Amino acid sequence: MSAPAELQIRSTQRIGDRIFSRATVFAGATILVILASVAVFLVAESLPALVADPSELPGTQTSFWSYAAPLAFGTVWAAILALLIAVPLSIGVALFISHYAPRKLAQSLGYVVDLLAAVPSVVYGLWGIGVLAPALQPVYSVMVNAMGFIPLFAGPVSGTGRTILTVAVVLAVMILPIITALCREIFLQTPKLHEEAALAMGATRWEVIKLAVLPFGRPGIISASMLGLGRALGETMAVAMVLSPSAIISFALLQSTNPTTIAANIALNFPEAHGIGVNALIASGLVLFVVTLVVNMIARLIINRRKAFSGAN
Amino acid sequence: MKFTRLGSTVLIAAVTVAGLSSCAANEMAQGVSHSELSGTVDGAGASSQGSAQETWIAAFQTAHHQVTINYDPTGSGAGRKTFAAGGAAFAGSDSALSEAELRGTFASCAPDSSAIDLPVYIAPIVLIFNVQGVTELNLDAATIAAIFTAELTRWNDPAIVRLNPEQTMPDLPITAVHRSDDSGTTKNFTDYLHANAPAAWDAEPADGFPFPTGEGVQGTAGVVDTVKNGVGTIGYVDASKAGSLDVAKIKVGESFVTYSAEAAAAAVDASPLIEGREPGDIAIDLDRTSTAAGVYPIVLVSYLIACQRYSDPAQAALVREYLGYVASPEGQARAAEFAGSAPISASLREKVQKSLDSIR
Repeated sequence: MSAPAELQIRSTQRIGDRIFSRATVFAGATILVILASVAVFLVAESLPALVADPSELPGTQTSFWSYAAPLAFGTVWAAILALLIAVPLSIGVALFISHYAPRKLAQSLGYVVDLLAAVPSVVYGLWGIGVLAPALQPVYSVMVNAMGFIPLFAGPVSGTGRTILTVAVVLAVMILPIITALCREIFLQTPKLHEEAALAMGATRWEVIKLAVLPFGRPGIISASMLGLGRALGETMAVAMVLSPSAIISFALLQSTNPTTIAANIALNFPEAHGIGVNALIASGLVLFVVTLVVNMIARLIINRRKAFSGAN
Repeated sequence: MKFTRLGSTVLIAAVTVAGLSSCAANEMAQGVSHSELSGTVDGAGASSQGSAQETWIAAFQTAHHQVTINYDPTGSGAGRKTFAAGGAAFAGSDSALSEAELRGTFASCAPDSSAIDLPVYIAPIVLIFNVQGVTELNLDAATIAAIFTAELTRWNDPAIVRLNPEQTMPDLPITAVHRSDDSGTTKNFTDYLHANAPAAWDAEPADGFPFPTGEGVQGTAGVVDTVKNGVGTIGYVDASKAGSLDVAKIKVGESFVTYSAEAAAAAVDASPLIEGREPGDIAIDLDRTSTAAGVYPIVLVSYLIACQRYSDPAQAALVREYLGYVASPEGQARAAEFAGSAPISASLREKVQKSLDSIR
């Protein structure tokens, strides 16, 4: 007996299906086209600066890379500092909202955190200059006096408090809502069975979080941090307003001379730039583009590697 | 409560009406001169002149209803480029046209004519400071250079005390504040330091602050705020923005000079013109090292650049009239009032007017 001929089952194609599938393809393609056109613009406008005689570049430079290196360093350094402050804080806030706070309080706290994301960066910049920097300056003075032997806290202390550490605090506040919101959602998704199993073994609430919630949420925490990092790398206005910049590479946190970020440098110098200076600024934008790309790729790598062990599958 | 609110509403209304009516009175006074001019003139260039241009344009257009003047404060370099390419009928620039630029062609000008520089905007730059217990401060170029390169780090350094024997200088760290964005103010300030103290300040003058020292802040307003709110701070800004802050006296020759509009204009008068230019071109070779009495050497001179002869006679007439207003005593007084510039002296005005009359 032979098996009956296989029936080809085809779904009926309705007009709505076709329109919708085309629309999603179009939306997906738009992103690629926009990204590609930005990349082409950056490369085309950067070339004159990359091949130009170093003497034409702003400042006294030996090559384009000596111009871009302090900027790239400052960008990454400020973003890392911001992340170091924001991630532990965000995880704490998210855990409080998801596992500790009473329901009513958790809800309103969630709203308040989301509200932080709605504040424009110019306002954060003004707050940084007007409130945070003057408030932190005396603290910095004490830190330099007490811990000046550590290179990070070496003097001379800034007289205004407009240092890279202040910038990092402002950036941390700005990326806090993104990281917190994502972490909160991820922590809430922890399988109830994992948590109850841990409780059944006699675990305390902290141990439940340590054994069930955090391992489950780890890849989520990393991707949330990377989203935050992306925003910190590209943040312009707040940095331009708060930071006292110089073209140097320095790890010192509390001095007047700080490495500046690429985005802030473009914002500050574009209005008066002319000739090859414009190309140099755009070329530094290309460097930022590449830095962001590399950071995102590393983040993907980490997430993919960690996924297998997280218990998320 | 209700009455107070009503009262304040009435007050606001009254003030508004008074303001509006005074405005109208102004406009009428200026609109009296009947004008036959009409057309549009585009200018571009230095942002230092930006607010002065706004007030000049407002007044000029009120007097000449048919005329529209646009000024795009894109920056000096961009302005000169736009002018050379024919995108603007005049340019504002913090530096005169270079030899290389003069050798090139100017698209708005008649084929065999060149462009001329007219110095019409003088802005003194002052050093503002905020040091506890110190209201008067004497400085010379070498000391200023040492402060801004962080060679001197405390206010009671012997080099500063020596210049200020009557003051008790506190034992405070110095925070030297400079512009973090590119600016003509920085260029003129560093030019003064480079000319007077080349040993202490070995960097060529440039729009960007050359040394990785001190505190960088965005914009004039940022410098003023930082100096005002900081401790032991000193910074350089346009004199018009210094506000209530204390201003340092600068050593010229053997005496210490306070900034004044006259002293700034005198610095320009005391400087020679750049030789070998076209007739009518008033490019000033600013003498920062002048020791003449009553001269304040830290000034920014901004030019208006126009054609000797325009290919379009209507444009020539409009530019001549507008620049004539800018250089006139009323125009200069208006800029001094609203933009805080120093009016050009009568002798310089005469020269500028003569050049303007030659524009065809």
